[in-house]
Amino acid sequence: MKRSVTLRGETFNFADLRELMARANEPKAGDRLAGIAANSERERVAAKMALAEVPLSAFLDEPLLEDDVTGLIVDSLDREEFAKLRSLTVGELRELVLSSNFAAEWQRGVKGALTPEIVAATARIMSARDLISAAAPLRSVTRCRNTMGERGVLGVRVQPNHPTDDIAGVVLSALDGLMFGCGDAVIGVNPAGDAIENVVALEHALHDLIGAVGAPTQSCVLAHFTTQLAALERGAPVDLLFQSIGGTEATNAGFGVTLQGLADGREAVLASHTARDGFIGDNVMYFETGQGTALSVDGHGGVDQLTCEARAYGVARSFDPFLVNSVVGFIGPEYLADATEIIRAGLEDHFMGKLLGLPMGIDICYTNHVEANQDTTDQLLVLLATAGCNFVMGVPGSDDVMLNYQSTSYHDAAGVRELLGARPAPEFLAWLEQTGIFADGRLAEGSANGPESLQAFADSVKELGR
Amino acid sequence: MSADLPDSLRGAVEVGSDVSNVTPARLLIGRAGTAYRTSTQLQLRADHAFAKDALNATFSLDESPMKDLADRFDLFEVESEATSREEYLARPDKGRRLADGVAETLRENCPSGVDLQVVIGDGLSPLAVTSQVPSLLGPLLDHAATRGWSLGRPFVVRNCRVGAMNDIGEALDAQNVVLLIGERPGLATAESLSAYLAHRPRTGDTDAQRNLVSNIHSGGVAAEDAVWRILGLVDAFMIQGRSGFTVKEPARPTSLSEVSGR
Repeated sequence: MKRSVTLRGETFNFADLRELMARANEPKAGDRLAGIAANSERERVAAKMALAEVPLSAFLDEPLLEDDVTGLIVDSLDREEFAKLRSLTVGELRELVLSSNFAAEWQRGVKGALTPEIVAATARIMSARDLISAAAPLRSVTRCRNTMGERGVLGVRVQPNHPTDDIAGVVLSALDGLMFGCGDAVIGVNPAGDAIENVVALEHALHDLIGAVGAPTQSCVLAHFTTQLAALERGAPVDLLFQSIGGTEATNAGFGVTLQGLADGREAVLASHTARDGFIGDNVMYFETGQGTALSVDGHGGVDQLTCEARAYGVARSFDPFLVNSVVGFIGPEYLADATEIIRAGLEDHFMGKLLGLPMGIDICYTNHVEANQDTTDQLLVLLATAGCNFVMGVPGSDDVMLNYQSTSYHDAAGVRELLGARPAPEFLAWLEQTGIFADGRLAEGSANGPESLQAFADSVKELGR
Repeated sequence: MSADLPDSLRGAVEVGSDVSNVTPARLLIGRAGTAYRTSTQLQLRADHAFAKDALNATFSLDESPMKDLADRFDLFEVESEATSREEYLARPDKGRRLADGVAETLRENCPSGVDLQVVIGDGLSPLAVTSQVPSLLGPLLDHAATRGWSLGRPFVVRNCRVGAMNDIGEALDAQNVVLLIGERPGLATAESLSAYLAHRPRTGDTDAQRNLVSNIHSGGVAAEDAVWRILGLVDAFMIQGRSGFTVKEPARPTSLSEVSGR
């Protein structure tokens, strides 16, 4: 493929689809670091114009990369549906996904005809409002121990991390989150230590907590998936199997992950659920991703970071996950330099994930060496909640004391639900009303209001237990 | 009152308002509507301000607290390929390489082939260097000398990433390199230092060939404890002839005084 565009007398040539995709991307530090970004704003927009003319069939005819992820993407394509779309251009697809009746078409079958590369191409010729408006009507409903993703539901992961995995500290942190109405997506701990005994202890602690308070939700300990499976073999209750994944075979190899390993793990967890109560669905995987991941392990193969991210969603999609989460500001300024790049990436990731049919959540966050701050997370939170994001993080006071970064807080999550009239998952909402955490569909006056609220909550749980 | 509650809940209620006994996390902090209370909001801003400023802090070998150290150990400084703080953040690859000519400078100023070469890197928190290194460097080199190890002349690398250890290993052929480097500042502390350790580091080595003692600060690993752990790892490198994830940190006594008491 040789494509050129002339803008005001200046001609820009693009050697192949991979180069065209990279040049057409919005500014990202990672693409600059990889040496594949547009060399000027003029070149960037010329690339967008050229990309808008590319027919969708080109993405199958000219793979950007040959590896097992590409194989998975090609194998899982709905050929019949794709035949109806193949002559559309990327520009025409953008207009289709923004059209008012698209959600029904998408649900009927179009989503099966969309590949990660096509979705990633479309995202880069869309504005921020395009990304929000197009994503909002697309719902991906999943079930494990409750139901996530229905229209109007904004889930929250409680993330009760602790620098030394102290069980009392983790449990108290999780309880604080529950009292804000958070925790319907998952109560998920990133362990400080990856030792099996440690993971077993945390799995039991979270399971016991959920049992003690009677909350219809699921727990997860975000160790390497092989460690979680080893814990499962030792009898630990594993509700969700977590793993960080990337969009290339080389990235996954860097994470110690194979597609077969994930498939086997999923089967093992599903099998363990048949012997336990409370499961209402078979979505048992929880994946995390993030733009820049592939480059950080030198596994990008010259493909831009937005496309690598979309390909990670292609991996996720084939395992019917309960939750997928792009950790958007964690990776550092060499991949996403500042608030502008983080906000853009968050909206792109959510849109791409939704268009591919994933239960997409975003860890809206920043580290202290990035040009971003609390206002950045506030802004992206409101934008993503408006876009119908399935879930966000709840970190006490926004300060993750183990991973040393700032995400959205219990307060933030409760606040944006109230602002936009979003609800917790239906089963979880019913429980919140029973325990008095919520009253009339919103956070009760006395809940989450300091240490006294904890005693009141405990009394209420005790009362319900009788 | 809470005696008939499930265990996990009873424990939490009994912790009550003494949250800091079980976690540094910001728990049970109340709210104003769904927003933070004013004190929480301003404390978060203050903690972030300290972290941001730590990132861009600088230190001079001619000024306290580094001057005494520079005088005693004849410290000097060199640069990575990153020429500014901005470039350092955007181009981690440049922070991993020594600037042109630095290898020659090192060979002219430092003995080659020593048992232990200690290097100081500003990393993401120069403040961590000025906070921790003054109490760490002396005991580390003193105890290393007691073991009979030959010691290199310590120096500072500006705009330094961990990978710079490879170029240092190539330049000086030290048996063991220890890099004391400022960690990414968190909200809880901006003064946390890491010690990265490698046996005969060479071009192409990754974290798989390195060992790490992290979280060295007043609320984490004490300097005295860090010294002992670093020495224990270097001991292990020398016995096993390698470093990295296949070398496990030796079990250790709880303090240096316990060691010297043996």
